[in-house]
Amino acid sequence: MKNRLKVLRAERNWSQADLAEKLEVSRQSVNAIETGKYDPSLPLAFRIADVFALPIEDIFQRGE
Amino acid sequence: MVARMTPEHRRYTRAVMLLMGGYVATLVGVNLFFKNSAPTGLSAYAAALLPALPVIGVFVAIGRLLTSLRDEYQRYLMTRQILIATGFTLSVATAWGFVESFGLLPHVPAFYATVLWFGGLGLGGCINALLERCGGGE
Repeated sequence: MKNRLKVLRAERNWSQADLAEKLEVSRQSVNAIETGKYDPSLPLAFRIADVFALPIEDIFQRGE
Repeated sequence: MVARMTPEHRRYTRAVMLLMGGYVATLVGVNLFFKNSAPTGLSAYAAALLPALPVIGVFVAIGRLLTSLRDEYQRYLMTRQILIATGFTLSVATAWGFVESFGLLPHVPAFYATVLWFGGLGLGGCINALLERCGGGE
């Protein structure tokens, strides 16, 4: 699964630590999702969508 | 297991330290009991079992840590670490058992499986760290 986390984060001038704090996860987790090492669960994906105030499909796309 | 000390990890560390203290105390106590009293029957079995209880408690603490982790990626890493430890222990124990059955290795007490498993956790931690560094993972 591809994602636009890094771009969206950069647009808002957030560090990985900032996003991690908003999501209540570790910075390591944000990095793993951002780099495509780990696909988040649906609840976490919804939380990410809420934080960015975007629909899930605008953040995550199908594909490697 | 992870770089950052979460409240869950602090609770786990406290529990493990208490249990390890209990382990040392019961092991010393039971050894002295067997040395001085030479118990038999049910009391001997009950006393001999005592040092195992804090170790079993550590397994419970590990299980509680795994289920209490709110960060799902940390839970994923810990699950992988435990799977590596379990696979490692079962592989070594199976291999040892077969070689031992042909009289090529000495008999080893079963509690060494626990020692192996904790060694396997260390191995799993190293593999996790390596995969994190190399960008590997799922």
